Amino acid sequence: MSTPLVEVRDVNFAYDSRPILKGINMSFPKGKLIAIMGLSGCGKTTLLRHIGGVLKPTGGYVKVDGQVIHELDREGLYALRRKMGMLFQFGALFTDMTVFDNVAFQMREHTDLPEEIIRDLVMMKLHAVGLYGTQDLMPGELSGGMARRVALARTIALDPMLIMYDEPFAGLDPISLTVVGELIRKLNDALGATSIVVTHDVQESLKIVDYVYFVANGAIIAEGTADDIRASGEAFVKQFVHGEMDGPIPFHYPGNDFNTDLGVHA
Amino acid sequence: MAIVRSLRGIGNRVVNAVWRTGYGARFFLMTLFYSGMSFRRFRLTVREMFFSGVMSLIIILVAGMFVGMVLGLQGYETLKRYGSESALGSLVALSLVRELGPVLAALLFASRAGSAMTAEIGLMKATEQIDAMELMAVNPIARVVAPRFWAGVISMPLLAALFSAMGVFGGYVVGVVLIGVDEGSFWSQMQSAVDFQHDVLNGVIKSFVFGVAVTVIALFEGYDAPPTAEGVSGATTRTVVQSSLVILMLDFILTAFMFRGD
Repeated sequence: MSTPLVEVRDVNFAYDSRPILKGINMSFPKGKLIAIMGLSGCGKTTLLRHIGGVLKPTGGYVKVDGQVIHELDREGLYALRRKMGMLFQFGALFTDMTVFDNVAFQMREHTDLPEEIIRDLVMMKLHAVGLYGTQDLMPGELSGGMARRVALARTIALDPMLIMYDEPFAGLDPISLTVVGELIRKLNDALGATSIVVTHDVQESLKIVDYVYFVANGAIIAEGTADDIRASGEAFVKQFVHGEMDGPIPFHYPGNDFNTDLGVHA
Repeated sequence: MAIVRSLRGIGNRVVNAVWRTGYGARFFLMTLFYSGMSFRRFRLTVREMFFSGVMSLIIILVAGMFVGMVLGLQGYETLKRYGSESALGSLVALSLVRELGPVLAALLFASRAGSAMTAEIGLMKATEQIDAMELMAVNPIARVVAPRFWAGVISMPLLAALFSAMGVFGGYVVGVVLIGVDEGSFWSQMQSAVDFQHDVLNGVIKSFVFGVAVTVIALFEGYDAPPTAEGVSGATTRTVVQSSLVILMLDFILTAFMFRGD
């Protein structure tokens, strides 16, 4: 693999006394599209927030572009974030702005480009995600899939070197799902960026990614290419990838014995 | 055990209250520190002045008019007993400029604009818009909070002035037009009784202080709201309740300093 753009080394994190990440090690080489998969609540988004510098690890470090992110001051962190883009689970579009203003937001905040050039750039970004013509709509007028694509156009507004996707496939219809999946792959290759996709959508993400980390209970339990994951003999991965009812992931939430609570004795 | 539990509960509440006060003070200082953008890109502040100030105009003007009309009616009935109906103008104007204008305008501003600010920022937080801004290397305190803060602080004295002006007009309508108090004495008494520095300026200072208090409470509650429907609705309620109590408390303190011994 080529030089890593993002390195995660021995990262531990806990909310109060509840451990979320336990000694995570990952490497994200430049130009690759890598997925972090696992069940809801397994720590995937928490990991993404460490890479974005929103959370500080209780142990270990995350290095982005050679800089340990939790050691940066606000200026340094903001300078690094200007080279990153993040697509949130439901887009997180600014609801008081039009589609145009959403995509133009970072250009206006971080550059001195004249409005005419910003206009051309916004139109190019919207065209890239197939939504040229929606520039005057408000986020409330968009469908879920369209909102996700507008958010994607906003994410790539400044051609970031690192793009992070938090559950980009959640709640999408099958057509939007394929469109968004294809866009993620194409944009990564066209921009020469590095992409990290946090998802639990196995089938769609395995079609587009170069490498997969599989996280369960805050630790990596499997990693490899899409084919490696599909062929994995690890019971946890097997149950997850094939959507099986039976396996190490229990159906019932751990609690008191149901029969005992009902007063029924076998 | 029950005593220990209740003591622990009281202790937790006190610690939480102290923690939130400190966090709120830090939030206020950060808002002041990151206020540069609100003036460099003044259109951001003007936009928020439209939402918090201009959109509050109707309620402020209508309420001001009715308060002035009630003052005119009640004032006339009271002054008539002492044969001082001609002092109606000064009674209406002084009541409005010194007290009712700043206080009632601030209470209305808190319930109309303050609650809207809290709900908007709370929802921005719940829908990850604040996080998105932070991850785009845009400071949400500078971009979202500070322009709203300055918009509220600038709008509040203007709204209070309009409230008082409409109140005086309402008092005039009831006192002069409907009841028949002499128009000349109504205006001349008002002119001689109201001192610009002592009455008007102190009223403006009061409304400025109320503006700071209401907007800081509204913005802090929104920014600190748990990102859930209950969290945002609870924060909105807290904004109205806390703002109202703080306005009345500050009014007492300011009045004691400004008008003591008149």
